[in-house]
Amino acid sequence: MTSVSGPLLKVNNLQVDFGSGDTVTHAVNDISFQIRDGETVAIVGESGSGKSVTALSLTRLLPTPPAHYVGGEILFNGRNTLALSENDLRKVRGKQIAYIFQEPGTSLNPVFTIEYQIAEAIQLHRPDVTDVRAEAIRALDLVGIRNPAQRLGDYPHQLSGGMQQRVMIAMALACQPKLLVADEPTTALDVTIQKQIMDLLRDIKVKTGMSIMLITHNFGIIADIADRVVVMFRGKIVEDGPTGEVLRHPKHPYTRALIDCVPKLGAKQRRLRAIDHAEIEASA
Amino acid sequence: MKTYILRRLLLMIPMLLGVSLLVFVLVYISPGNYLDALKAQRDIPAEFIAKKERELGLDRPWYVQYVSWLGRTVRGDFGESWSYRIPVAELLAQRAPATLALSLTSLVFAWAIAVPLGVFAAVYRNSIFDKLSALSAYAALSIPEFFLALLAVIFASQWGVFPTGGLSSIDHDYLSPVGQLWDYVHHLILPTIVLGIGGAAGLMRVMRTNMLDVIQSEYVMTARAKGVPENVIMFRHVLRNAINPLVTSLGFAFSGLLSGAVLVENVMNYPGLGQLIFQAFMRKDRDVVMAAVIIGSSMLIIGNLIADILLAWVDPRIRYDK
Amino acid sequence: MTSDLLHQILRRRAGAFCLVVLILFYVAAFFAPLLAPYATSDQDLTKTYHPPTGVVWQEGRLAVRLYKLVDPTCAKYEAEPGQFAPIHFWVKAPTYHFLGFIPVSHRLFGVEAPARLYLLGSDETGRDVFSRLLYGSRVSLTIGLIGILITTVIGLTVGGLAGYFGGVFDSVAMRGTELIMAIPGLYLIIALRAALAKYFDDSDQIFILIVVILSFIGWAGTARVIRGLTLSLRNRPFIYAAEALGQGPVTILWKHLFPNLFSYLIVTSMLSIPGYILGEAALSFLGIGIQEPSTSWGLMLSQVQDLKVFMLNFWWLLTPGLAIFITVILFNVLGDVVRDIVDPKLKTQV
Ligand SMILES: Nc1ncnc2c1ncn2[C@@H]1O[C@H](COP(=O)(O)OP(=O)(O)O)[C@@H](O)[C@H]1O
Ligand SMILES: [Mg+2]
Repeated sequence: MTSVSGPLLKVNNLQVDFGSGDTVTHAVNDISFQIRDGETVAIVGESGSGKSVTALSLTRLLPTPPAHYVGGEILFNGRNTLALSENDLRKVRGKQIAYIFQEPGTSLNPVFTIEYQIAEAIQLHRPDVTDVRAEAIRALDLVGIRNPAQRLGDYPHQLSGGMQQRVMIAMALACQPKLLVADEPTTALDVTIQKQIMDLLRDIKVKTGMSIMLITHNFGIIADIADRVVVMFRGKIVEDGPTGEVLRHPKHPYTRALIDCVPKLGAKQRRLRAIDHAEIEASA
Repeated sequence: MKTYILRRLLLMIPMLLGVSLLVFVLVYISPGNYLDALKAQRDIPAEFIAKKERELGLDRPWYVQYVSWLGRTVRGDFGESWSYRIPVAELLAQRAPATLALSLTSLVFAWAIAVPLGVFAAVYRNSIFDKLSALSAYAALSIPEFFLALLAVIFASQWGVFPTGGLSSIDHDYLSPVGQLWDYVHHLILPTIVLGIGGAAGLMRVMRTNMLDVIQSEYVMTARAKGVPENVIMFRHVLRNAINPLVTSLGFAFSGLLSGAVLVENVMNYPGLGQLIFQAFMRKDRDVVMAAVIIGSSMLIIGNLIADILLAWVDPRIRYDK
Repeated sequence: MTSDLLHQILRRRAGAFCLVVLILFYVAAFFAPLLAPYATSDQDLTKTYHPPTGVVWQEGRLAVRLYKLVDPTCAKYEAEPGQFAPIHFWVKAPTYHFLGFIPVSHRLFGVEAPARLYLLGSDETGRDVFSRLLYGSRVSLTIGLIGILITTVIGLTVGGLAGYFGGVFDSVAMRGTELIMAIPGLYLIIALRAALAKYFDDSDQIFILIVVILSFIGWAGTARVIRGLTLSLRNRPFIYAAEALGQGPVTILWKHLFPNLFSYLIVTSMLSIPGYILGEAALSFLGIGIQEPSTSWGLMLSQVQDLKVFMLNFWWLLTPGLAIFITVILFNVLGDVVRDIVDPKLKTQV
């Protein structure tokens, strides 16, 4: 690992648009934030606020068109990924920055076995590995899948949602990336499974010490994993600070609204508050 | 899976009974019968025709005729062609290879064109190539098959490089084995193109649409996020998924192997089953018609079954056993 | 909904173009007796396989060249230099009944006999190909519309009732559709054609017979899809609500289910029109469709087949094929446009 001379990831004034002319939307509008080595940063915001666009932009995964990387820079280990060639970028994807997505059911290719999908990543980025199969088994073992050798021949549809997400995580970890981007990894799962996956992520954070960018619209799940919170609202960052600080003393009314949305245990039948945009804009 | 296939095959029996009954009745109520041509000739005595009618069983009520036909057929005897005076099975066996060859070559032709074109049209969508291929597909789908066949015949007669019809040349028997093979191929080229072009256009459009659908899917994003090179994504991840519905269509292609070339064979004077069966319908050569219908229907039903089985085979998510 | 759809079609270039051209075709077909210089069976045995007559501007008016038959064995004609016949407008012609009851004794344009105006040449008995093409368009342009009307009505009724009631009616109806779909289409068409021909003897009725047969083949697929859609709609709350209000099954089907099937129907209808056009053309071409003295594009092409090898330069006899091709392509493009508007997800299916 390189010595901690600067942040692992530094996003400066990133702007990403969709469309052009009078139908243009600024999905991400002049945002800056950083993630340090070993740090877990939660990006929180309601649906449509630009979280996924930010995440996918890190390795230029958004197809252009419709997306346009209009401005700013994304420095990963000091190199601007927005300026990298496709070839160099491919060496960052999966190898340096790995992703897991919201819908494990549709994020795994239905016609390939688990083994194929994990092995593919290993073969791409770790050519020195001779026993790819053993490495795949190790990855499955790491994410807590029992009898990993037997699961290798399965197709994604034969696994439950929680299992599928574990496979996604195993696939991401198989190449030992520096940064794991988890885009709403639990949103599509049952509540009990959500907890297991979050526990797993925390476990991985401790075991591997990798940086994690955890995207969610739910403040409730980040408290005991994230070191820092970045709050996004309509393509902009409205708040950025240590988790405890933000949770206790939210500065922005939108953050407060998001925190209020979390149903607290014990608080009986508290009504979920719908977020009133006009009110937030007025008070911001 | 086995029980599923068995059940589907058993269901074929009532279906074929219904089909044969329907067509038998239709043939029966069609005005006139096979002997009309004889009756029209003055010098043939009425007694002779009456005798013939008795011989063929045409004087009995239709249900008696049907039952006797059915009895024979389930014993595997398709009867005799009244116009060719040879057993129907023998007649069909003589003609089937030509049609089978034509159907298969046109199928291969269609796939060989459609899959690459569809893939490239999707990969380079909105390019000139995409637009040109879309336009050609429209044209190919809109031109009547028989008109294309007619144009091909005219083209052949004007240009002289391809034969204007038939299965082989007059001097076929005097050619070397290689020469004979080339002779067959030479006669197959134009009919293959004519018969295959419509299918190619249809397949191409489906292939392109499927590719574009799959390119949008999330697992393609996953592959990209893993750092898989774009060409591997296209030709392995996307293609494997996009081609599935097409593989299924092979089942339907099987359905038409013997009955799909009637028009082309007739116009291009290609002596296959299609031509034979059309003439049999026109001459009311009943046993030939019935045999053709039974074979055609069986292949249609089996073709649908094959399509379903292929679907389960290419898509691991689909299982038929409960 | 309908006017909205029309609006949307017109906003797309391809859609507007196809729609306008098709409407022109329909207008021409409707006014065929007025627009065509000759009747369909108007022969001139001295001018067989006549090439298209050249139209020139002569002495301040349109005129046609006159031709001389130089070699009767291969129907070779040559224009006679300096010989013209002027084209007249609104010329007197043998009286005919437009739409069957309006007596008309004029045609829009023509030349004085014995000269002949062959815009697209003449056929083996000297009949005007252009006129026959115009009359023939009536068959191709109407067959699809009548065909989808019949299939839709039968498909909706059978499929709707089967899906709504289930039970015995459903089983019988579905076995029936399976039966129809288990016979290779062309075989069934030919068998039906042979069996039913005696009930439709004159040539106008043959047209009806062809439509009936093609619809008979087509309704099965529609009925099955409608049944499926009805089944899935059957258990929606709004149907229960209607039942609770005491509405009968027919009212419910008509008022609540069919409107929900509208977009599906409009798309499949548009996309199946070409099938009817091609079907009729193929049957007529095979000699088991429209019969002389009526005319249809497929029938006109069947003449070509008889002399295909000798047909050296009579390219104008192929114009009916071009006409079918253009009509079908217009419907195909329009159908795709409509599908994209109504249901963008319903992409090209196998
Ligand atoms: N493919 C796309 N085409 C057009 N606009 C898009 C696309 N993807 C995202 N956007 C725009 O970007 C905004 C942010 O989207 P996203 O980052 O997916 O939100 P989320 O915070 O829920 O992940 C959306 O509101 C939308 O307007
Ligand atoms: Mg998102």
